[in-house]
Order: sequence, then C-alpha cells, then structure tokens
Amino acid sequence: MTETTEHSLAVLGAGVMGTNIATLATGHGIPVVLVDVNDDVLAAARLTVRQKLKHAQLMGVLPAGRPRGELVTTTALTDAAGATTVIEAVTEVAETKAKVLTEISALVRPGTLLISNTSCIPIGEMAAWVPRPEELVGVHFMNPAYLIEMVEVIRGAATSEATLERVTAVLTALGRKSLVVNDAPGFVINRLLHPLINRAAMLVQEGVASVEVVDGLLEGCLGHATGPLRTADLIGIDNLVDSLVVLHERTGDPECAPCDLMLEKVRAGHHGRKTGRGFHDYRKAAE
Amino acid sequence: MTTANPITDAKTVEAELLAFLTERIKTPVRPDEDLFKAGLVSSMFAMQLVVHLEDTYDIEIVGPELTLDHFRSVEAMTALVLRLREGTGADG
Repeated sequence: MTETTEHSLAVLGAGVMGTNIATLATGHGIPVVLVDVNDDVLAAARLTVRQKLKHAQLMGVLPAGRPRGELVTTTALTDAAGATTVIEAVTEVAETKAKVLTEISALVRPGTLLISNTSCIPIGEMAAWVPRPEELVGVHFMNPAYLIEMVEVIRGAATSEATLERVTAVLTALGRKSLVVNDAPGFVINRLLHPLINRAAMLVQEGVASVEVVDGLLEGCLGHATGPLRTADLIGIDNLVDSLVVLHERTGDPECAPCDLMLEKVRAGHHGRKTGRGFHDYRKAAE
Repeated sequence: MTTANPITDAKTVEAELLAFLTERIKTPVRPDEDLFKAGLVSSMFAMQLVVHLEDTYDIEIVGPELTLDHFRSVEAMTALVLRLREGTGADG
C-alpha cells in the first residue's frame, strides 16, 4: 500500500491517547516515533501498545495482511523531527502544550503536518505558539482511537486548505473517518460530553442516583454504548478535570466547573480505568 | 496470579472459566452461552479474557487465533486452551 508508506508519525506524549494513536498507526502499517520525557513511561508504553495491538486485532479492526509499522520510543524530541506528521498528545494544560508545540515546531521542516490531539484548548490559542499556524490542525481522536472510526477535525482560523487535505489523507491511511468543525473551546464533542459527565457525577454526589443507575439509564434509555461515568473512567478523571477547567475558564459556563466528587476522585488517586478505580472499580478485572 | 496449570482437561478448564466469569460479571453463565450477544461482556473485558487465558494456562494467543469468535463462549475458550496446550494449530 503506497498510501501508508508515504507517512511517518511522531507522537508526543505516551499517555492513554499517545499509546492509542501509536497503536492505531502501527496497526495500519505506519511507523511511529513515540516521545515522552520519562524512560519509565516509555517502557510501560511499549507494553501498552503491544497489548492494545492485541486488543485491536481481537476486535478485527486492523487491516488484514498489512505489516505492522515500526514503533520507536525516545526521550529526545529531536528524534521526532524527521516525521511527515507530528501529533501532539500531551496533558491538557496550556503551559505544557505551549512548551511542546513551540519546541517541536522549531525542529520540523516546513511542510510537516502539525496535529494537536487537543481536548478543549482552541487551535487559535496554539497558533500563537508555532511559526507556521497554517500547518496546524486539531484532530480529536476518541478513546480507544483504534476502535472508534470517527474523529473530530478542528479547523483553526489560520489552518490552510492544503493542511485540511493532508490531514484527511493521513486519517484515510489510518482508516479513520472525519467530520470538520470550526474552532471553539471543547469544539463539539467535549463541549457536549464534558458537562454531561460533570452533571452525571453531580447527580451521584447529590445522592439522586448511584453510579450504576446513572450509567444504566443513559445506556438503556438514550442508547449510549458506555454510560457517562464509565466513559469518564476510560478518559481519566484527572484529564477530565483538566479539560473542564480549560472549558470553564474560556466559556464561563458554570456547568463546566468540575464538581466536588470529581475533584475528590482526583485527590484520592482514583483516576479511572488506568489506576484500577474511578467511578467504577476495575481492580479485579485488571488483575 | 495463577501460575501455569499442568492439568488441563476440558472439564477443569470449563469449570475454572465459568467460575472466573461468574465472579467478574456477577452473573451465572452457561458453557454454550454467547457472551457478546447476551451483552454480558464488553470489548474491553474481552481483552481481559485473553490475558487471563494466557496467564492461567501458559499459552500465547496470537495471529489468527486472536479473534473474537474464540472468546464468544466458555466452550469456545475451552477448545482454544486445549488446542494451544497441545501445541498444535487449529488446522493441524
């Protein structure tokens, strides 16, 4: 397949989304350089990607007969400089994203597609951190990125048509479908989803219903594949609180101020599936 | 975690898997019940089943064996374990 050999990815940040995207790409035959600041995180990420590749294969979502792309892990950002596409997937904290995007955009050649897997921070804010904002575009991959076919593409005010065409080509090579939205805090998905999760947690906090009942109602009555609180556990409650803060600061919407129960979960280290416990308990299933 | 089990006959594996599933999903299941069709098992839990079988029976489930159909029921998983324990592929 010539279309996959044209591409090489650098993924910045080896957390939940970074390893998801690395799995998606290598599973579609595209080589990935995965960058993080910590060797221990990278060692864990290699195992995680291997497990996620097995999961993807189990679910029958990888193209048959296509050799896997190579996965290289590194702490040196310079190793990402040769990629045709860079995907930033670091923590949803503006200072962190600013530092990483400023550094990487100074390293890559002009013509390198620069994607932010931002959750809520507008592309317009990030445009100020890079020298060629026309090459910057947002792609909001879902979690798990290798199972959910649809992605949200965010066109910043400065994003060029050529960049939009190129991001579509990369997403096609990754077997993804996309819908394009204009720039705004949280875009479409998270502007809807994050306040919904926050409100679901608030209902539990107020004693209106248990975690199981809230999820059960959304699944049974509204057809959600995964209830909002189980979704929160999958995303990571710590990441959700970061994103809600970003949304609250930028929209002033009181529905976006993280509720006490969410903050409590973060303080207690119950961040969701990745720590074995969040709104639901995964410790037995994770053994 | 359980270590490799040297005694692997169909009855032992089936009983162990039924006990494992009952504990995890809090619902009794039949050996021939389609776990996915009944909505008892999510795609995330399917992966836990892979890890459980690999760790418990000291097998590696790779390549064409790694397909959802092999995890669809306790019977299917039992057959997979026995086949891989024997060290012969499904097609000989």
